[in-house]
Amino acid sequence: MAQTKTKKRPAKKDVLAALGVGADVALELMRQMLLYRRFEEKAEEAYAIGKIGGFCHLHIGQEGAAAGSIGALRLDDYVISSYRSHTQAIAKGVPPNAVMAELYGRATGASGGKGGSMHIFGADVRFMGGHGIVGAQVPLATGYGWKIKYRSEDSVVVCFIGDAAVNQGAFHESLNMAAVWELPVIYVVEHNEYGMGTAFNRVSTTDMEEKSGPHGIPGVSVDGQDVLATYSLFTKLVADMRGGSGPRFVNLETYRFRGHSMSDPVSGTYRSTEEVERYKKEEDPIRVLKEKLFDAEVLDQAGLQEMDAEARRTAAEAADFAEASPIPGPEALYSNVWAEVNPHGRLFFDGRSRE
Amino acid sequence: MAVMTYREALNAALREEMVRDPDVFLMGEEVAEYDGAYKVSKGLLEEFGERRVVDSPISELGFAGLGVGAAMAGLRPVIEFMTFNFAFLALDQVINNATKLHYMSDGQFNVPIVFRGPTGAALQLSAQHSQACETYYSHAPGCKVVTPGTPADAKGLLKAAIRDDDPVAFMEGELLYNLKGEVPDDDDFVIPLGVADLKREGSDVSIITHGKMIHVALQAAAKLEKDGIEADVLDLRTIRPLDMDAILATVAKTNRVVYLEEGWPYAGTGAQIVSMIQEEAFDHLDAPIRRVTQADIPMPYARNLENLAKPSAERVVEACNKVLYR
Repeated sequence: MAQTKTKKRPAKKDVLAALGVGADVALELMRQMLLYRRFEEKAEEAYAIGKIGGFCHLHIGQEGAAAGSIGALRLDDYVISSYRSHTQAIAKGVPPNAVMAELYGRATGASGGKGGSMHIFGADVRFMGGHGIVGAQVPLATGYGWKIKYRSEDSVVVCFIGDAAVNQGAFHESLNMAAVWELPVIYVVEHNEYGMGTAFNRVSTTDMEEKSGPHGIPGVSVDGQDVLATYSLFTKLVADMRGGSGPRFVNLETYRFRGHSMSDPVSGTYRSTEEVERYKKEEDPIRVLKEKLFDAEVLDQAGLQEMDAEARRTAAEAADFAEASPIPGPEALYSNVWAEVNPHGRLFFDGRSRE
Repeated sequence: MAVMTYREALNAALREEMVRDPDVFLMGEEVAEYDGAYKVSKGLLEEFGERRVVDSPISELGFAGLGVGAAMAGLRPVIEFMTFNFAFLALDQVINNATKLHYMSDGQFNVPIVFRGPTGAALQLSAQHSQACETYYSHAPGCKVVTPGTPADAKGLLKAAIRDDDPVAFMEGELLYNLKGEVPDDDDFVIPLGVADLKREGSDVSIITHGKMIHVALQAAAKLEKDGIEADVLDLRTIRPLDMDAILATVAKTNRVVYLEEGWPYAGTGAQIVSMIQEEAFDHLDAPIRRVTQADIPMPYARNLENLAKPSAERVVEACNKVLYR
């Protein structure tokens, strides 16, 4: 985090009012964050016992970033992200069951078992995918913005990237085009300090907030561990964008409590255990919101426990659903390679039967 | 039938498809105010305006990816690469995004986009501007590859490519833009992808080829004719989908095959086709198949060296004589 948090709390009940966020919204954000936390913990558990294969990148610690930003969107807004996107898919409306079943590689998965953890899609809710090449989703997001403008619609696009992606050409080429054509895209860096194991300040001499300025796109930083501040910012940015503000850049400061992926250590090499423990203690987005809601007296311990129990139930149900779901049939192997199978000519060259 | 150049045929196809479908737009470097580096888009800005005919920054990766996103969201972009030599910068967007999104999302999204521009060598442009790029694209499942060699094929196939629901790499020839030929006037003249065309009939030897090499093949066939050899010249027109029926038919007819292509030999289009012919028509072959390709080197600049590097009618004749044991 850029700023050190002050421990002095504002007067009770003024907390929400000051942010312009209603109690109902704040409680829903808490429900969402708890669901993301328990969902990812369930995925972690399933990975550990071999139910989930491949790479698996958890969002634990970054729940506020997902809930606060996507919570401010409409169904017809677009969201696209990187490979760390289970919770963002859920936030946009992909059912937890479908996300978990995808992690398990089941036919009922969000991508029919063909994408896996890194490639969750939800066309009906405009969740445009988890993408596996760092920064390569940024031009796609720019293309959704192009389509919105082309058709004179008022949707917006939120494009999530990690902090390492701002060093990719795709990022800079996209921001330049978005600025030139005034496209309705919010480029959001989930700045969790490390690109895999490389600290951001080791691979950049300029601050994150400055990255969009040279392209003519205003940038703003927000504490992503503070879901209310995040929600408040995105509500404003989205409203401005529907009013024609043009592209925006957000440095969403956050922190990942787990390793880069399930195969990496949480700490010990590129960051210290003390650092991780400090963030978990002081910057846990669930704890930060809990304190505010307790202060504002819109939630108490019993209410929180009830919410948490519900989140755990949903996560457990998702795992049960995935476990009980069928694996994809062999017929799925060759389906949806081509959107249009031309009546003439050969499209497959492996000489295998596709029956 | 109207006589028009390859360039005019492409222009007509773009114009007709843009009139027919308001979701079709053209984006690329110099396509609008400059009328296209090779004038393929001449007059389109005036007719359709800057919303649909768009000058991009020199950001091949960026605008190719923007096109992929726009296609995912429902538009039908035509992305012009000034040449496919510059499209290596965009290859991640084509291979990792355009060709895989349909499969990875299990059919939730498709990417109806055309990437078009010239491929292959022109005259003395040396190594970085003289590459035949077909196989980079045909290698990837999910990408259709179209290589028209005549004005009529250029028009009919570009219209089919724009209407196709998958990504299409539409590869033109820089030296073909001024080539004249008869083109049907019909606004709905569409040549389906996956249908090869016999550009010349003969029963002694088959020259199978694609793109601008059909003209080299026809020159070779004319030379062979003087020696009493009649060559079938089969123009594949599209590399994916591939008209395997037409390939097997010409093999069964002549029993002797030469594959001619502009690109390099290693894992070239010819390598794939030779493999399939030996698997599926081995008993029809009276001689090993020969390939004529660019020399296996980066393209040199000096005129004499460039000529030595490029596939020539003489080398095709020589290969035909070998498979005829002459």
